[in-house]
Amino acid sequence: MNEAKRKLLNKRYRAEANFKLFGQIAIGLALLFLAVFMYKIFSKGYTAFQKTWIVTEVHYDKELMLIETDNPSLEDLENADYYDIAYKAMTHLDPSLPEEDDRQLIQMVAFTYEQEVKNHLLKNPSLLGKIVPIRLTASDDLDQVHKGNYPRDIPEEDRRVNDYQLKIYDMLNERGDILSKFNLSFFTNPDSREAELAGIASSFMGTVFSILVCLAFSFPIAVLAAIYLEEFAPKNKFTDFIEVNINNLAAVPSIVFGLLGLGVLLAVFNLPRSTPLVGGITLSLMTLPTIIIAARASLKAVPPSIREAALAMGASNMQTTMHHTVPLSMPGTLSGTIIGLAQALGETAPLILIGMVAFVNTIPGTPVDPAASLPVQIYIWSESAERGFVEKVSACIMVLLGFLILMNLAAQIIRHKFERKWN
Amino acid sequence: MNLVLISLILLLGFSSYYFGRKKATIIQSSQRLTALPKFYGYYLAIWCAAPALIIFSLWSVFEPTIVKNFILADYLDQNLTKNELQLIYTKVKALALGTYTGDINNFLDNSAGKYIQIKNMANNAKIVIVLAALILSLSYAYQSIKKNNRMREPVEIFLKWVLFTASLAAVLVTIGIVFSLLFEAIRFFQSVRIFDFIFGTHWYPAKTFVRDGQPDPELMKDAFGAVPLFAGTFFIAFIAMCVAIPVGLLSGIYLAEYATRKVRKYAKPIIEILAGIPTVVYGFFAALTVGPFVKEIGNSLGLEVSSESALAAGAVMGVMIIPFISSLSDDVISAVPQNLRDGSYAMGATKSETIKKVIFPAALPGIVGSILLAVSRAVGETMIVVMASGLAANLTANPLESTSTITAQIVVILIGDQQFGDPKTQAAFALGISLFVVTLFLNVIALTVVKKYREKYE
Repeated sequence: MNEAKRKLLNKRYRAEANFKLFGQIAIGLALLFLAVFMYKIFSKGYTAFQKTWIVTEVHYDKELMLIETDNPSLEDLENADYYDIAYKAMTHLDPSLPEEDDRQLIQMVAFTYEQEVKNHLLKNPSLLGKIVPIRLTASDDLDQVHKGNYPRDIPEEDRRVNDYQLKIYDMLNERGDILSKFNLSFFTNPDSREAELAGIASSFMGTVFSILVCLAFSFPIAVLAAIYLEEFAPKNKFTDFIEVNINNLAAVPSIVFGLLGLGVLLAVFNLPRSTPLVGGITLSLMTLPTIIIAARASLKAVPPSIREAALAMGASNMQTTMHHTVPLSMPGTLSGTIIGLAQALGETAPLILIGMVAFVNTIPGTPVDPAASLPVQIYIWSESAERGFVEKVSACIMVLLGFLILMNLAAQIIRHKFERKWN
Repeated sequence: MNLVLISLILLLGFSSYYFGRKKATIIQSSQRLTALPKFYGYYLAIWCAAPALIIFSLWSVFEPTIVKNFILADYLDQNLTKNELQLIYTKVKALALGTYTGDINNFLDNSAGKYIQIKNMANNAKIVIVLAALILSLSYAYQSIKKNNRMREPVEIFLKWVLFTASLAAVLVTIGIVFSLLFEAIRFFQSVRIFDFIFGTHWYPAKTFVRDGQPDPELMKDAFGAVPLFAGTFFIAFIAMCVAIPVGLLSGIYLAEYATRKVRKYAKPIIEILAGIPTVVYGFFAALTVGPFVKEIGNSLGLEVSSESALAAGAVMGVMIIPFISSLSDDVISAVPQNLRDGSYAMGATKSETIKKVIFPAALPGIVGSILLAVSRAVGETMIVVMASGLAANLTANPLESTSTITAQIVVILIGDQQFGDPKTQAAFALGISLFVVTLFLNVIALTVVKKYREKYE
């Protein structure tokens, strides 16, 4: 082999190696994006599962609470005045503070502190007249300081927490009066304007209702449509048209379905705005083609021998389909349905258009109560300026991703466990 | 009320199933049945519930319009516009329900009385007619059972019709989309010239907001020029494709041609996770992490970068689209027949040469199809743009400035309370229909190309 040929060959081999390397780099990049993404979300979000409390002492003083009877009933406690004792509980942290500056101390806890003092007593009525330690929800700014998410070394005027509050915070922290516990209220509270009180309960229930409505509408219609198209439809122009239609519908942007929901469900049928009912129906229109395609694929996968055997035994076409083909295709259909629902679960834009972005601070009990949904909650919180919401958004994303993973796992398990392999 | 009626119908339907089955066993004692006993039950149940339910739903759909026409017939001689008539009707309804709080005049009061009267009459008539239909069809079916007619065929024909109706749902959704968009868009184009919309270069719908009254037509002319939005949409989609095509295509090729079975088994689903992450999550990521990152890099290079840049939104959107291209092109490349590869190897070509010169050209139509699908996806993507690329519609080709897209503007216009009849709201539907047309066009081409390609090798 002469020199020129060897050179050419080496060049070709180098090109080969380079090309392979490019492929590996591309895969690596895609995986890297995913890793960075997950890392960012988790590192920002995990602190939201901790809640910061300030421990202080409250004196359930009957006189200050304006209770006149000796043996107050629960109702009396309910109607008592808690403003003064709650105020004292906070201000006694620093008795030297002049009265006109008391806001500085009060602002260190959530604005519901009076309610928290009250609820503590209502749970243990025997505490009346005693001085007891109580833990109050810290304000979101202090919460962020405690979690180290908030820089302390910037100039005071740029900070939401001033020097005095930091001093008190350090004092309490040294005494061990700042507690950090699992944040249960993140899961049980509805949305709130205050980051320290905001939870996902309302949007979670909104999501559950929307998905149930979506399932109730899309699953039966989609399965029936798939059965017709796969088992009964004659091959003609019209069924071709339906088929093209379904394929195109699957690729229509989700926001267009939102416009449909707005223009038809709200404007023509006058269904209640902002409710999971409308949201669910809108999502079901979107999931319909996905489920139809999955159901058809799994009907197609049932071997013709099954049908022939049933027909040979004298079953009618309908009996063959309903008794044999459809049950055998169910695992594939179900896993396709779950994947379609998982897609619907993450949709935001159509729900925004039908008004599910309204601020809802109650937990919806039925599908016709106004509600948000988890992805919309992410959007609402991420538009909020308060720093405390950043970790809430990340935590909410973690919950949402957790659900998506669960659903996809369920789809996988159904597919692997129950699907028959035909060879 | 309606609920009671429906549950009554359903209850009767269920019980007639058992009744019919029982009747069949009685017949069985004297003569041969024409079908399995349960078909007798189905037959009776279908005849019991289906006609009643159909009449019921038709009635419920048409009743409000008819009642409205009856009420508004009294006002026809007053030369009122459509909107005023609508307002009167809303008032009458509220008055009848006892929720009206405004001034009440005699005329309204009369109408409300009439409304209650008609409503009651309609309700009673509905119950009577629905129940009559139920009894009639039930007795017909019962006669037919007694005669021991063939029972399986009618039941199966009915089921087949149910299946057929369900398959029409997809068509209905498409029709619904087209009509709801067209309806509002046409009204929009009555107040804004279609020429100004498609070729105008200034998008500023907030300008047309005028309290109580019609906005100035001159203002309208200059407020709804959609060119910046079309440009922004395709610009961001272009940036996304600049990220997604190289990475997606190369990973698709690697997975199909180089990767061992094990790598493929794990890498493919992991990359597909990228497509399963909700877009609002990408939006948050783009706004919070990528945007500031791009800005920092730009500033350190001495560039002016907006914190909501088209680059950040486009890049993140590109990452989202990677799996669409990689999975589809992987499938397409795997479908290229092995003998093409073997022929190329036999001539002494290396693997990469085979891929570049033989497989890629053979798979090109499929790859183009997958890229078109991905473009349509990028064009229709909403949340990333809303959250990361700003909402001001700038006409710019600078990726470091903020731009807006069709989808983002739809959200901006329609978030919060909308007023139907407002040109701003209608503009959103006009944008929606342009989006629908563009994506439909891309999809149809892509699906046809992919289908042609598949047929070629199958």
